[in-house]
Amino acid sequence: MNRLAFFELIVAFRFMREGLMQTLLIILGVGLGAGVIIFLSAVLGGLQDNVVRRTLNFQAPIVVLPPDQVARPLRADTDAELASQVQPRSQQLRSIDQWQKVRELIARTPGVTALTPIVSGPGFAQRGDATKAVAITGIEPETYFEVISLREKIISGGVNLGPSDVIVGTDLAEQLGVATGDKLRLATARGAGATLTVAGIFDFGNKAVNERNVYIPLRTAQSLLELIGGVTAIDVRVEDPFAAERVAAILRARTELKVDSWIRTNEQFFVAMAAQTVTNTLIRIFVGLTVALGIASVLVVSVIQKSREIGILRAMGTSRGQVLRVFLIQGGLVGLAGSVLGALLAFAFLVVWRGVAKNPDGTPMFIINMEPSLFAIAAIGATLVGILSAMAPARRASRLDPVVAIRS
Amino acid sequence: METLRLDSVHKSYGIGTPVEAEVLHGVNLVIERGEFAALIGPSGSGKSTLLNVIGLLDQPTLGRVFIEGQEASVLGDAELTRLRGRALGFVFQHHYLLPEFTALENVMMPILAARGRPDAEMRATAAALLERVGLTQWRDSKANRISGGQQQRVAIARALAMQPALVLADEPTGNLDTKAADSVFDVLREINEASDTTFLIVTHDPRLARRCDRIIELVDGRIVSDRANAEVVRQG
Repeated sequence: MNRLAFFELIVAFRFMREGLMQTLLIILGVGLGAGVIIFLSAVLGGLQDNVVRRTLNFQAPIVVLPPDQVARPLRADTDAELASQVQPRSQQLRSIDQWQKVRELIARTPGVTALTPIVSGPGFAQRGDATKAVAITGIEPETYFEVISLREKIISGGVNLGPSDVIVGTDLAEQLGVATGDKLRLATARGAGATLTVAGIFDFGNKAVNERNVYIPLRTAQSLLELIGGVTAIDVRVEDPFAAERVAAILRARTELKVDSWIRTNEQFFVAMAAQTVTNTLIRIFVGLTVALGIASVLVVSVIQKSREIGILRAMGTSRGQVLRVFLIQGGLVGLAGSVLGALLAFAFLVVWRGVAKNPDGTPMFIINMEPSLFAIAAIGATLVGILSAMAPARRASRLDPVVAIRS
Repeated sequence: METLRLDSVHKSYGIGTPVEAEVLHGVNLVIERGEFAALIGPSGSGKSTLLNVIGLLDQPTLGRVFIEGQEASVLGDAELTRLRGRALGFVFQHHYLLPEFTALENVMMPILAARGRPDAEMRATAAALLERVGLTQWRDSKANRISGGQQQRVAIARALAMQPALVLADEPTGNLDTKAADSVFDVLREINEASDTTFLIVTHDPRLARRCDRIIELVDGRIVSDRANAEVVRQG
């Protein structure tokens, strides 16, 4: 800002102070608009973060799997006329070929922060007369916990997995009537089985997961699922969960394996999220427009009210540029002040909202994002909107003919 | 030294429309430095238009305007604004002070507009000008909280803030009672004598015109008489 803007600031500020009621009303209007935008952004951002966090609790952003097995007709003679129907093959449980090499390759890929090999397959958990179908996951605890936050979800027992230990979910434990230290039997459809001790019980806050997932050491799973030395998947954690698909594409190209990202496996969620974002953006645009029109109309009136003063200022040597800036500054100040007020309103409302919107168990229904950056963006945005909306009135003021203005 | 020179200045309004009217018909005028001149004439004779052209607030349709030897008609808007701010001071019939500011700030305003930032020197200049017009005790009052005569005196101080070569006063006492008018006129006269500032005063009041050194009479857009006033009536 050049040193001359000081004059414009003083005049702008005095003009606003003189029309105090007008100034306060428009600041209130801008404040309400900015408040709505900040509130919506915080709630929606919080909602999305919430779902993302809950999903990524028990799901790795990227899972590397062996390629699907495909049926290939023996005759590949394209000239011959074939009346055959190729049935898709059923997929059997199998290991990633040379998975140690693949693991090193993945670890060297940019964007990857952690990875862990797992063996997973179907099985049954039995205790007494109760039998439950479960998804057995064999894990390497030290690396697994870097990818999946299982350790933080343990509500009873621990995560030290001995060769014959198992970690089960709360719902499964309830259904089988087991507690930490109790024994249960894991069996597979092929008839293999092992009796294991419950070392820990987890709660991911998701009934399906709590009911189905059981965690055992990698080697135990390998022998149970008859995949000695093999792993069925490599779970990968990435720096930015929203860039998972990009990293997955790189991995797909490098390994020629099947690589699933959580973005692809949760497509519905992302479609819903995109729809929400579009709606939110539309609301923000229209609120922003309303605010801009409000500022512009107040300044248009102000230019008319002040035209004599503007004429005098021009007569005593104030340039068109200075007059222009006086009104641009007013727009900017209104935007800035309004955004500060809006931030306060939104903050207060968010605090109230968090207190009111609760789950039956008393935990907040939404985790709401109140990031300082949101307030900063709102302040900068509102100031810019203010300056832009002041453009037309300011030009009008700067083009006033001093003679006409003074005689008006 | 010439403070102002007009070379056959014409001014028309509504050019190209059915209501086109020429208000000034080739006005020639020279005002020397330090003069205290009255511009008189009936309503509608073009006094205010002439003052606006001289004040660079309006452009002549034809002819040339020189302020302190600088030809104004060749200047762009920004340069005109600068020349106006530096060389000309205005006193209008209505004081037109900025009600948002105090008397002192109003006087400082032209300097502030030119320099951008207030400083102690600016403040001192403005305070001295207020003292000269006898308003020191009102310097911190809002412009709309003082009497009409006082407001007009603030406007005079403001017109002098940039030490202009020429002060243009359009019916400066038109809105004041006789006593206030006399006191405002005295202030103008004192300043003229003390600082050699040139004044051109538009007035309807023959009593005031008689107190000027030179009387220029404008009728129907033409100067019909321009005479030195031998018998300048001095108050007191």
